[in-house]
Amino acid sequence: MKKLILASMLLAGFGAVAASAGTLDQVKQKGFLACGTNPGLPGFAIPDDKGVWSGLDVDLCRGIAAAIFKDASKVKFIPLTAKDRFTALQSGEIDVLSRNGTWTQSREVELGLLFAGVNYYDGQGFMVRKKLNIASAADLGGASVCVQQGTTTELNLSDYFRSHGGVKYEPVVFATADEAIKAYDSGRCDSFTTDVSQLYGERLKLVNPEEHIVLPDIISKEPLGPAVRQGDDQWYNLVKWTHFAMINAEELGITKANVDQKLTAEQPNIRRLLGVEGDYGKGLGLDKDWAYQAIKAVGNYGEIFERNVGADSRLKIKRGLNNLWSNGGIQYAPPVR
Amino acid sequence: MTDTTTRIAPRVSPWNNPVIRGWIWQFVLLVALLVLTWSAVENAATNMASRGIPTGFDFWNRSAGFDINQTLIPFTNQSTYGQAFWVGLVNTLLVSVIAIVLATIIGFLVGVGRLSKNWIVARLATIYVETLRNIPLLLQLLFWYNAVLKPLPNPRDSLSLFGAIYINNRGLILPEWHWGQGADYVLIALCAGIVAAIVYTLRARRLQAATGQQSPVFFISLGLVVGLPLLVFAVMGAPLSLTVPQLRGFNFVGGIRVLPEFVALLLGLSLYTACFIAEIVRSGIQSVAHGQSEAAHALGVRQSLTLRLIVIPQAMRVIIPPLTNQYLNLIKNSSLAVFVGYPDLVQVFMGTVLNQTGAAVQVIAITMGIYLLISLLTSLGMGIYNQRMTLKER
Repeated sequence: MKKLILASMLLAGFGAVAASAGTLDQVKQKGFLACGTNPGLPGFAIPDDKGVWSGLDVDLCRGIAAAIFKDASKVKFIPLTAKDRFTALQSGEIDVLSRNGTWTQSREVELGLLFAGVNYYDGQGFMVRKKLNIASAADLGGASVCVQQGTTTELNLSDYFRSHGGVKYEPVVFATADEAIKAYDSGRCDSFTTDVSQLYGERLKLVNPEEHIVLPDIISKEPLGPAVRQGDDQWYNLVKWTHFAMINAEELGITKANVDQKLTAEQPNIRRLLGVEGDYGKGLGLDKDWAYQAIKAVGNYGEIFERNVGADSRLKIKRGLNNLWSNGGIQYAPPVR
Repeated sequence: MTDTTTRIAPRVSPWNNPVIRGWIWQFVLLVALLVLTWSAVENAATNMASRGIPTGFDFWNRSAGFDINQTLIPFTNQSTYGQAFWVGLVNTLLVSVIAIVLATIIGFLVGVGRLSKNWIVARLATIYVETLRNIPLLLQLLFWYNAVLKPLPNPRDSLSLFGAIYINNRGLILPEWHWGQGADYVLIALCAGIVAAIVYTLRARRLQAATGQQSPVFFISLGLVVGLPLLVFAVMGAPLSLTVPQLRGFNFVGGIRVLPEFVALLLGLSLYTACFIAEIVRSGIQSVAHGQSEAAHALGVRQSLTLRLIVIPQAMRVIIPPLTNQYLNLIKNSSLAVFVGYPDLVQVFMGTVLNQTGAAVQVIAITMGIYLLISLLTSLGMGIYNQRMTLKER
């Protein structure tokens, strides 16, 4: 099984990976970025019929690849189940994990990972059939709930019912989200639970999406973002600042379309970000036009959001918390200077 | 002093002594192996530590924080990861043991059926074996899961048997039984019945060996084991009460529930393994020389008795060793449970626990060790049984 292979890689590969050069050098040597993604989640990471990946998580990896190679196509997407994802990152099979993973304390201190930022502020919710006439998650006592294994979802679910007076419920746990949603669709469960963004995405896969609703309750905080291994600060900074560069670009009004014109802009903030003034790429091990390349390839954060999960997508999720801090959201990036 | 030149044999240097040399090589190999193992473990441990990945087994006693839907031993979300391990192990053992029993029964019936003179029975058995053994088990499991689940109604439209047993897409819900006062006497009667049946069987055997006279062992044993406890049960005024499951909210409350995931896994495992067992049984029976049954028939022994007393005991010697392999395969295949959402050891421990704790190397090592242990114990048991069944040369 995949797990065993990963485990043996853990055992055998540790020496090699830990002792040798930094992740950036390895990526440059390989000639591509190995990006761990969700095997198929509309809006976040999903391949189309030609095998071309799209999504919020995917575009972040494309941006990183563009910053490194000046070519957004130099990225290899490695689909991972929730269960295998951290082992794959720990063992060095992938360079960055951009797989709608929740940033938690234990994942950093116990799994030896670092989250480089919050790509999407999410929360866990429930999907139920309309005909059940349920208004809130508090009415789910005694229900069967389909859930994907190896996620914070499983723990939040347990906490939620425990904190609501120990109401009984039945968790039905599956290895992948696909199996869980299929079991829900076939009537095995009364409810399917996961992060709300994912609920909207998975709902599209159901036989009759209109017969299902997402309950208004949000039972957890789920800041989703890219993760890297601990012990390579330069690589961590590279991932973190590529993400920040996209948020800063939105704030400064730089888009995929106008990035070339902005090269001649007067504002010092724009000039620094695009590498016209100063050399902010050097410390990341990149050229000074790193942010320019990333924005040129995938656009700013707002563009990425609207294209994949927002108004221009089938999901139609509102910006909400994911709006810029200046527009009532909490997406906020430190300045490039 | 004195020169003694009387040498009996020329001294061979130890290096040229084949025995000593053998030992030296063995020793060198052993040391090399130990060094290799130690450096691999050490290397992994150091690198895991340097990356902040847990290396110890402290996680075992930390609270798990998740729930499991089938727990034969008490488990709540405040129990420890260690307890989750035991829950998973018990679930694995439960499905494996029941599947082994079912697979053996079906396998023997189909195996004998394939040799039947009845054309339809023989063909049906052949079709069964050839179809199921040639389709991957995982596909069969997914098929059974959907085949079991899809046609069933939701809890509000449950199918009901006698108003006490309900079937819906949440599983099979049976009434729960509670023993009342006087139930102890029923248990005592059962034990006494079993002992009496054993004593009677032994006496009947001795009688047959001495005089050739046969006794109705089966019916008398049945009467003692089943009839006696039933009689006591009736005399004590039926000290048994049932809690009939009630539909409340989303599902039934009270009663014992058999999960559809369990049924699917059980069906998949036992029907798949039964094909192989059927072929083993067939080959075993065919290995018994035809002359044996002809001789029995010539002595006027009935067909059914010939099979039971002459053919099967001889066939068992051929059957048992490959049968053990099939049992081991079944136990290992039960780890496919995760694909149909059944909470077995792999799903609970190697899935959720591994992911929550990040202790990949430890968790996988423990899981592999447990499967090895279960398989070795099964082999040992079957080995002992095999020894008892081997030809006793007198």
